[in-house]
Amino acid sequence: MKDRGYYEGFGGAYLPEILVATFDELAETFQKAKDDPVFWQEYVDIMSTYSCRPTPVTFAENLTRHFGGARIYVKREDLNHTGAHKANNVMGQGLLVKRMGKSRVIAETGAGQHGVATATMAARFGFKCTIYMGEVDVRRQRPNVFWMERLGADVVTVREGTRILKDAINEAFRDWVTNMDTTHYVLGTACGPHPFPEMVSFLQSIIGKEARSQILEKENRLPARIYACVGGGSNALGIFKAFLEDPVELIGVEAGGKGLDTGKHASRLCSQDASIGVAQGYKTYFLQDNDGQMKETHSVAAGLDYVGVSPILAQFAESGRIRFEAATDREVVDALSLTIQKEGLIPALESAHAFAQAFKEAPAMSKEDVILINQSGRGDKDIFTVADAFADPKWQEFIKEKAEEYHA
Amino acid sequence: MLESYLKNRLKEKEILLMTHIVLGYPTFEDSFEIIESMVNTGVDLMELQIPFSEPIADGPVILNANQKSLSRKTTVKKCMDFAHKVTRAFDVPFLFMSYYNILFKFGVKRFTEAMAQNAIKGAIVPDLPPEEGSDYLGAMEKHNLVPIFIFSPTTPDERMKYLASFGKGFIYCVARKGVTGVDTDFSDQLKKYLARCRKATDLPLALGFGVKEKEDVDFLKGKADIAVVGSQTIRLVDQKGVGAVGQFIKSLR
Repeated sequence: MKDRGYYEGFGGAYLPEILVATFDELAETFQKAKDDPVFWQEYVDIMSTYSCRPTPVTFAENLTRHFGGARIYVKREDLNHTGAHKANNVMGQGLLVKRMGKSRVIAETGAGQHGVATATMAARFGFKCTIYMGEVDVRRQRPNVFWMERLGADVVTVREGTRILKDAINEAFRDWVTNMDTTHYVLGTACGPHPFPEMVSFLQSIIGKEARSQILEKENRLPARIYACVGGGSNALGIFKAFLEDPVELIGVEAGGKGLDTGKHASRLCSQDASIGVAQGYKTYFLQDNDGQMKETHSVAAGLDYVGVSPILAQFAESGRIRFEAATDREVVDALSLTIQKEGLIPALESAHAFAQAFKEAPAMSKEDVILINQSGRGDKDIFTVADAFADPKWQEFIKEKAEEYHA
Repeated sequence: MLESYLKNRLKEKEILLMTHIVLGYPTFEDSFEIIESMVNTGVDLMELQIPFSEPIADGPVILNANQKSLSRKTTVKKCMDFAHKVTRAFDVPFLFMSYYNILFKFGVKRFTEAMAQNAIKGAIVPDLPPEEGSDYLGAMEKHNLVPIFIFSPTTPDERMKYLASFGKGFIYCVARKGVTGVDTDFSDQLKKYLARCRKATDLPLALGFGVKEKEDVDFLKGKADIAVVGSQTIRLVDQKGVGAVGQFIKSLR
């Protein structure tokens, strides 16, 4: 354990001894790849042929007119293969797995996007694949479970703890401590022990690199503000990294759930309910009680429903470089609805948090200002949750009929 | 000192027994009763696990015990009070085992003070390598508490020596890859691994993970100094109740 990856006191590598050698190997492989221009080229090539990079930025003309303030642009990570920014991280880690000569990958998933992305990568590279998913998430993201299984992955339903993302991460670690010789754990976000926060945000930084030059080309100036939703923090770090040195305000939007004063949310950096702790191998703000036991979290968006947050974001929260806000489930569903109607874009419920916050701020901004929203994923996967949120009667009728077909 | 206690005991016994329980599981009254029968049937030292909501190094049996204990409102304070009670009642060394967040949130200084006040001899913190543990090591040292470090089969020789330089009391050798409570192959390979551990340190060696019957304990004689029984007693309590513990411990020697 040479370099343990600290960000002003956040991060580190709180590892059980059995994994120390595995992390040393991973850190070394990553460092070599990072220093090797051939690796980045190989990565960009695969993302432009297997996925859809560079993803465009879309000028949201109707929303801009609707709010009458800042000019709204959307970075379209939803146009990646499998429909989210998760593809970036997964394909990059896949290339590292090849360099390490391993033959099996495992991953946790919340919304299922990271699981599906990992399963496609495994199919493409010829790796065996196991995905851990909390029982609650299996229920709310069933279409993604279907696709993971079609792609040849074993999907293991996790029934421990709160049965969501953090519990899936614990189970993936338990698999890894047993099978590390053959297996790489494709952690889906910029959390966990070093080098994961650095590695995942490095791979996701392709989002901001593209977005910066795209906005400059279109508007000949930098955006005033950039909005991204924050679960673990990988899409946010991905788009923010390229703008850290610029006079651009960066806004991370957490899951406000049923409201910050209800205790039913997943807001680590802008609620009073979180405190610094050490779990899942790293130090950051966790939603935990005074004894250090992790609390239950809540969000309409499975991908944001997590107790911890990237240590890199915790650092920027403390330094003030990134502003953190929360959007409630209700605000998010409204923002999603408006975006669908005005622009024909269908953001994931996770991404809709960024839209919700941008919509709160855009009207008060100057018409000369440009803002950029990271649409980290597409919303088709959320059809069950969104249909319930809208209480769509035709959809309910369809589900009932479908169920009857299976009974027959 | 724990090390000299162990070495003295080893003059009388070929191998020592350390057991592991999860505090407040099934209840604190049961925990007390389990400890009583373990001490009465010849256990030499004990690990008391303070439950944590995210025990990543533990397998299904201990994980379940952690969750059940927490669902019955076990707190760190209750564990400290319980420690006070058992260290007064029983004359074997007791260690705490928990994950680092429990110490961190309690305050590492305050935690070690409370350990010393309640006559706990040391601690095993499986997610705290020495690289991350300078606060912990300093606080433990101040109160003459013993930090137990862990070797694993994936630990290179050089790192074993490094870890041993921080460890006191004994070294906890994990028998194999994986989590607690899964079968271990008591094989030539394990023998070679223990020989490698022995070369790296003069501290007594404890061997844990998958030790569950007399045959396993017999295998370890002459190769390790302490056999650690964890998940198996918890499994036994789950299946046959607290009353079965004494007989089981007796059967191990």
